[in-house]
Amino acid sequence: MPRDMQRQKLLTRRAALLGAGQGLAIAALAGRLYQLQILDKDRYTVLSEENRINLRPLVPPRGRILDRFGVPLADNEPNYRVVIVPEEAGDLDRTLDAIAKLIEIGDNDRHRVQRDAKRKHSFVPLIVRTNLTWAEMARIEVAAPELPGVSIEQGSIRNYPQGTGASHIVGYVGAVQEKELNGDPLLELPDFRIGRSGIEKSADLKLRGSAGTSQVEVNAYGRVVRELFRAPGQPGQDIVLSLDAALQEFVTKRCAEQQSVACVVLDAWTGDVLALVSSPSFDPMLFSAGLTPAMWQELATDPRNPLSNKAIAGTYPPGSTFKPVTAMAGLESGAITPESTINCPGYIQLGNATFHCWRERGHGGVRLHDAIKHSCDVFFYETARRVGIDRLAEIANRLGFGNPLGIDLPGERGGLIPTRDWKLATTGVSWQQGETLIAGIGQGSVLATPLQIATMAARLVTGRQVVPHLIRAAGQLPPGGDRDSSEFAALRVTPRNLSLVIDGMNAVVNEQGGTAYASRITDPAMAMGGKSGTSQVRRLSATGRAHGAEANLPWKDRDHSLFIAFAPVGAPRYVCATVVEHGGFGSAICAPICRDVLIETQKRDPARKVPQPEAVAETMTIPPIPQAPPLPSRASPG
Amino acid sequence: MASISEFGRRELRFADKLRGIRWSFLFLVAAISGIGFAMLYSAANGDVDPWASRQMVRFAIAFVPMLAAALVDIRWWYRAAYWIYAIAMLLVLAVDLRGVVGMGAQRWIDLGVLQLQPSEFMKIALVLALARYFHNRSGENAGRILYLIAPAFLVAVPSALVLKQPDLGTAMMLLAGGAILFYLGGVRLWVFAAGAVGAMTAAPLAWSMLRDYQKSRLTTFLNPDLDPLGAGYHILQSKIALGSGGLFGKGFLQGTQSHLSFLPEKQTDFIFTMIAEELGLVGGLSLLALYTLVIGYGFAIALRCRSNFGRLLGLGIAANFFLYVFINTAMVMGLIPVVGVPLPLISYGGTAMVAVMLGFGLLMNVGIHRDVQISRVGDN
Repeated sequence: MPRDMQRQKLLTRRAALLGAGQGLAIAALAGRLYQLQILDKDRYTVLSEENRINLRPLVPPRGRILDRFGVPLADNEPNYRVVIVPEEAGDLDRTLDAIAKLIEIGDNDRHRVQRDAKRKHSFVPLIVRTNLTWAEMARIEVAAPELPGVSIEQGSIRNYPQGTGASHIVGYVGAVQEKELNGDPLLELPDFRIGRSGIEKSADLKLRGSAGTSQVEVNAYGRVVRELFRAPGQPGQDIVLSLDAALQEFVTKRCAEQQSVACVVLDAWTGDVLALVSSPSFDPMLFSAGLTPAMWQELATDPRNPLSNKAIAGTYPPGSTFKPVTAMAGLESGAITPESTINCPGYIQLGNATFHCWRERGHGGVRLHDAIKHSCDVFFYETARRVGIDRLAEIANRLGFGNPLGIDLPGERGGLIPTRDWKLATTGVSWQQGETLIAGIGQGSVLATPLQIATMAARLVTGRQVVPHLIRAAGQLPPGGDRDSSEFAALRVTPRNLSLVIDGMNAVVNEQGGTAYASRITDPAMAMGGKSGTSQVRRLSATGRAHGAEANLPWKDRDHSLFIAFAPVGAPRYVCATVVEHGGFGSAICAPICRDVLIETQKRDPARKVPQPEAVAETMTIPPIPQAPPLPSRASPG
Repeated sequence: MASISEFGRRELRFADKLRGIRWSFLFLVAAISGIGFAMLYSAANGDVDPWASRQMVRFAIAFVPMLAAALVDIRWWYRAAYWIYAIAMLLVLAVDLRGVVGMGAQRWIDLGVLQLQPSEFMKIALVLALARYFHNRSGENAGRILYLIAPAFLVAVPSALVLKQPDLGTAMMLLAGGAILFYLGGVRLWVFAAGAVGAMTAAPLAWSMLRDYQKSRLTTFLNPDLDPLGAGYHILQSKIALGSGGLFGKGFLQGTQSHLSFLPEKQTDFIFTMIAEELGLVGGLSLLALYTLVIGYGFAIALRCRSNFGRLLGLGIAANFFLYVFINTAMVMGLIPVVGVPLPLISYGGTAMVAVMLGFGLLMNVGIHRDVQISRVGDN
């Protein structure tokens, strides 16, 4: 069959060609495999790793804020919450509805999640609700398979164990706002908080620490399969304050009976702020957990101003507490001597104007000692007139007035010490001599914060340019002892003049007839010196004041009551300044507060105590307590 | 039927037939299937459930029709060829009329106990029908255009029906398989040229018949970076899996792309990707080599056959097997668009397994009956 043979040959040939073609095709496949798996391996390996590995930032634990003995003023508490990852949830609204059937979700929470979902990366978990109870957690966990992208996380919430007592110092934290987002993924994490006031704000960067990373393997749906690697990051540093939490609490309670108070206690020697109270206060936990608009409204409109730290941001005419400054100016300038006698008939005439002494019938002829003791206005009118406003201002600045002291808190104000130039520059009207007289008794344009008044007292008793501060250290507690006050430069005044003024302030409290004699500390080892002050809120006639019309005035129109004190009077270590807003006569209201605070301070004697190490030493050896440097006595107790 | 034993051989006894089975060929098939079981075990994250165990059962079951197909007399197959084609055609039609929709396409027919994908059987039936058709045609006839009308319909009708399901991959395989048999049947080359021109002119028509997802697959194939998260996602992830496998792979059970679900359909159409990811270029090439051996074995068996029908059938089966392997692997490597063609013997799926094994049964049948003379219808 030649035809069949021919056909077979054709078939065989075509089969061979087909086989060759298939061989080529398979070679092409092999070549392609080589290209992908050998030549392009690196590129695809990177892509494969990018596919499966996700870097997630870890919130570093925020540093604690501790008092000088290590008592926590701010720390972190574990907190369970539901989070949702919009990318994994798909239909966000439907998932939120499903969660709402299990646990209560407020409209605010819902809106916040919906808003955040739009402005953050869709893989960033958003908090739906915090502070879950165990029962709520269980309900979510059981329903987890029907809730894609929803999970329970343990986070932490900022906790303020001291409650309202130290809230103006410690401050509070708040969620990150949109305008603060700077591309740092740390700020996008739902748990991250920024310090909004107080130390939380001023030491925010130290408290923050640095973000860690968690390298997780995720599957194609973005779910975490396992953690491959974890770099925990740097926890925030603890901030150790000079504050004594127990003293702070005592002062807070002591001030609570008054409507609106600021009180500062300093270690005059080191500048440590031992207590700094502004009353009334607020609960920092409210801010930590989220404040409702109604609560905010209530806090913001309270006439007693609970949100403001009056100790550093409230400015008051210092009144008679300014008289030591006028006295120093007089002595330093030579305008007066301790022996200079000025007659006080109850008023002073300057041109057509009459300036009254608080004591209508006058003090008669007075010298410096008695002028301070009785707080004679006329003596200081005259002293100020002799010194002149610019030299008075110079001494006031040197004693800490007129500019912010640079305390480590946000919002400190500088008060005001008027000068001729200032008057001309701000009002265009030249200085009137009458204003010098008014400034001499700490009224008129003179404004100071309670912290400045306390600092002035500290500078008077130490003769050094004491600068108050709150932060002692970042990180660890300082090892034992106190810093040496020699780091403050000398005040550049004659020490004898300081002694004279302090002597007068001693008389105010400890000599019969002194304006605060009633508030003296009877224990001689703790005795205090001080100076009272009353600053006018509105102009009253001298007679009106003398007749005790104060009590009949509405609260807002009453005078501010002030007092500065130092103790122990023989070797002053602690100073205290108190301002009671609209409190009335200074020695009556404020002097007892200062007295009680200084008694407590000296009982606790925080400046001389050593911070206790947290771990108890195994051997019972007690570390030697370093002695504070001996203080030179500048004032002789009366 | 005296002419059947014209070669002077006695009729084959059952024992002769058993001896004729190529056990080495079966070993090759079992080896490939064994790789498949291992990879299905890996695809289930190291578990025989749900895929590996069922696949093993199917493999064992598929041995029965395979041996039956091998041992039945080749003349029975010859006579039954058109009937088998007709039955397969009816099944394909049934799918079109009342099939089960799965994976966006209507490919399945539900028989209660099992789901059947008739288009897989159509691949075999078409080879049978065309082998018979070209067995009966002389070389001159095969060259005449009029004689090509009937076989052209044999190819075109099921292809069109399958395309409508829509199953682009199987339609491609039917067309390519048909073309190969035309070629082996002796059809002149100018006919193929004319067919190519015709296909080109018909392309716009075919394009209009495609579903949107098929169109997007084609455009995505032409430019996969166009839409990396949409239609291009599968092929991109497949290439990433292959490329990151490297020379020796990430290790058995260690494929990140497949185990973390970046790879779609890892137990079915994309199983080759998983093999090459976990076992590397070495594993991928070894598997391709095994497939090449099977295809070469098929060619050798077919070419030793003395009847035209046997040769065409054997070559057709081998070529069909090649098409499975080529289309599937070229697809996962991004050489051709994504179409639904399984990797034979390895991809999870019952019908394809049975159909492929049935094909091997026919191939062995050709080997066993290589000396059996088949009369031409025209000669009787």
